[in-house]
Amino acid sequence: MKRIFIYAALSISFSTVKAQIGEPFIHDPSTIQECDGKYYTFGTGGGGLISSDGWSWHSGAERPGGGAAPDVLKIGDRYLIAYGATGGGLGGGHNGRILTMWNKTLDPKSPDFKFTEAVEVASTDGNEDCDAIDPGMLLDPTTGRLWLSYGTYFGYIRLVELDPRTGERVKGNEAIDIAIDCEASDLIYRNGWYYLLGTHGTCCDGVNSTYNIVVGRSRKVTGPYIDNVGRDMLQGGGKMVIAAHDRVVGPGHFGRIIEGDGVEKMSCHFEADFDQGGYSTLGIRPLLWKNDWPVAGEAFKEGCYEIESERRGYSLELAVDFTRLETARRWFRRDQNREIKPIEMQKLSDVEGSWPTGRVGVRCNDFMSRPHQRWTIENAGRGGYMGQPYYKIRIEGTNRVLTATAEREVVAETEFTGDDNQLWRIDMLTDGTYRIMPKAVPGTQEKLALVSIGDSSPTLAAFDFQSDNSKWNLKPLK
Amino acid sequence: MKEAKMLRWAVLFLLIVVNASANAQDIGKYFHPVKTNVSNTDQDGFIRRWRLLEPLDKPIRSNAGFTDTYLREVFSKQYFKGQMTAIPRDGQKVKAVHTEMELPSRSFRGPAPTDANGKPLEPKEVTKKETLKWHELESENYNVKLFRFGEAYGNRLYGVLYWAVTLIECDTDMEDVRLAVGSNSASIWWLNGEEVLLMSGDRRMVVDDCVSKRLTLKKGINVLRGSVVNGPGMSDFCVRFLDANGKPLNQLKIK
Repeated sequence: MKRIFIYAALSISFSTVKAQIGEPFIHDPSTIQECDGKYYTFGTGGGGLISSDGWSWHSGAERPGGGAAPDVLKIGDRYLIAYGATGGGLGGGHNGRILTMWNKTLDPKSPDFKFTEAVEVASTDGNEDCDAIDPGMLLDPTTGRLWLSYGTYFGYIRLVELDPRTGERVKGNEAIDIAIDCEASDLIYRNGWYYLLGTHGTCCDGVNSTYNIVVGRSRKVTGPYIDNVGRDMLQGGGKMVIAAHDRVVGPGHFGRIIEGDGVEKMSCHFEADFDQGGYSTLGIRPLLWKNDWPVAGEAFKEGCYEIESERRGYSLELAVDFTRLETARRWFRRDQNREIKPIEMQKLSDVEGSWPTGRVGVRCNDFMSRPHQRWTIENAGRGGYMGQPYYKIRIEGTNRVLTATAEREVVAETEFTGDDNQLWRIDMLTDGTYRIMPKAVPGTQEKLALVSIGDSSPTLAAFDFQSDNSKWNLKPLK
Repeated sequence: MKEAKMLRWAVLFLLIVVNASANAQDIGKYFHPVKTNVSNTDQDGFIRRWRLLEPLDKPIRSNAGFTDTYLREVFSKQYFKGQMTAIPRDGQKVKAVHTEMELPSRSFRGPAPTDANGKPLEPKEVTKKETLKWHELESENYNVKLFRFGEAYGNRLYGVLYWAVTLIECDTDMEDVRLAVGSNSASIWWLNGEEVLLMSGDRRMVVDDCVSKRLTLKKGINVLRGSVVNGPGMSDFCVRFLDANGKPLNQLKIK
């Protein structure tokens, strides 16, 4: 048993942020789309990745036409795929062409899987200040109009309007210049703002690629797209959304994933993942909104945490006796002979013997950094969800695991069974707090989350992004 | 036979003329000739009047190696006489002689060229001898599209080194101003002979990307000299001065 705990401690202290598992190798991924319970993303050169859970990815998606950097949008019950028929190139030809085509399904094994004939919606003549590659699409939720941006470092990023019924260019529509000196653009809409995301930096140089994603915003889809210091993206402006971090470099090709109220993620590729042999790899990160600006959240790292309720600021703990630390009481009066040296923290071995041996309730209380308040959160090794694995949440150094009960409450059981009520989904919300949900609650199909029903009382209830009762802060502990 | 040969020459001449006029039409979207003695910075403070030298041949396959050390070596090299001192006139020619390390292939795409056995080819030292002309132009845009300038007046688009000079005339000393530059790709800038900005790395043209320390524009003529280097991609730059509060100086006299 001791050996197991030593191993566990080592594996946590050396753990890194895992990328998606399987074979998540792709360049220029399209926005991830769900189709019949599976997720799809397409990349440069044809083909793409499929995942049944958003965590484990494998090749198998099919897209004809080759070329570069597709995007996919679901309109009604069909999928519209846009892609650059050419490959671009800084020193090469710039006779770009953007094509669109439809399919009823993204599942290549479905009998309905058949692409319509691709139609050209934008092109460049090779000499003008634009190269028609790298399309990104937006179906404007306020008007129902369909927009497509495209372009690369060779001149401008341009915007054209497509017919959402046919996927063809609206007759008589003229392209508008909306940005300069970037590529892999994408458009999104939120709270009355249109956002233009573009990729800056050096592409395709492996571990030395400086690719990064920036954003500008506008009240009109046609621009001007202005950054956080008032600079137009036609002047090269852009506020950083995501750059290299830790062991991944060169994020490019933004895609937005809305999973629910307050739960958003973004997809991209990393030009090189140091933990994946330096290959270009699919990346999925939380998408946060700060002052109406999008910014990538950190990938969740396994480790030891305080789990603090956003409601009152109390923290999740085992419902066991608070054991006082017996040290000499220090007062603030001046003491000529005072001795200053560190005091040891309370250890698990100091208190564990006083804890009940079986199931223990959990509650929220003043955080005092005591053993019954220190939670180890680690990959449970039981599958995952969009961009992350399911987690096991246990008191540090023990096997007392957070468990959802059939009574829709939470307790700490003494053994990890691996059942769905001990697997936890942890999503960073758009405001930087977290939603914590069991994979399943026994006896119900309801999707419930860990919620503070009182300052000191956690329970399982429907998630409400508008309420601080539903939100948690995960504070790393040494 | 003679008539056929004459006809061929006539067609060739016609093609040259048509091509030249096409180029002239294209360049008109980006530059026009200087018509007055003095102009001003535009409403956003950008300097649009420049003396630009036709691009030097700089056989660079990738911008990945634009480190400070490499760039100082590139920009400190002597390419032509009066490089750091002359105030060029429109139409003035210079003879540039310089040695470069060059691969046999000038391709900017795909993997590095190899020999028949798949071994990467080693670059060889090549002496470049070029006669290049200065052009005094006003840019139609806030950013000076060197790529289009090179297309119209040079004989290469990629693997290029540009030189640019402009004159700023001040009625009094202007203290605590800053030079703000965006360039694609790396560049260096000297004010009155003193280096004030080095922009290293594989850069995109972004307004106010790099800003100098506080400077003084002296009373009289100030000489701003810059050089931009680029491998693949579209070369351009934008330059303005900012006042002590970071506001662009939009009434500077440019000669």
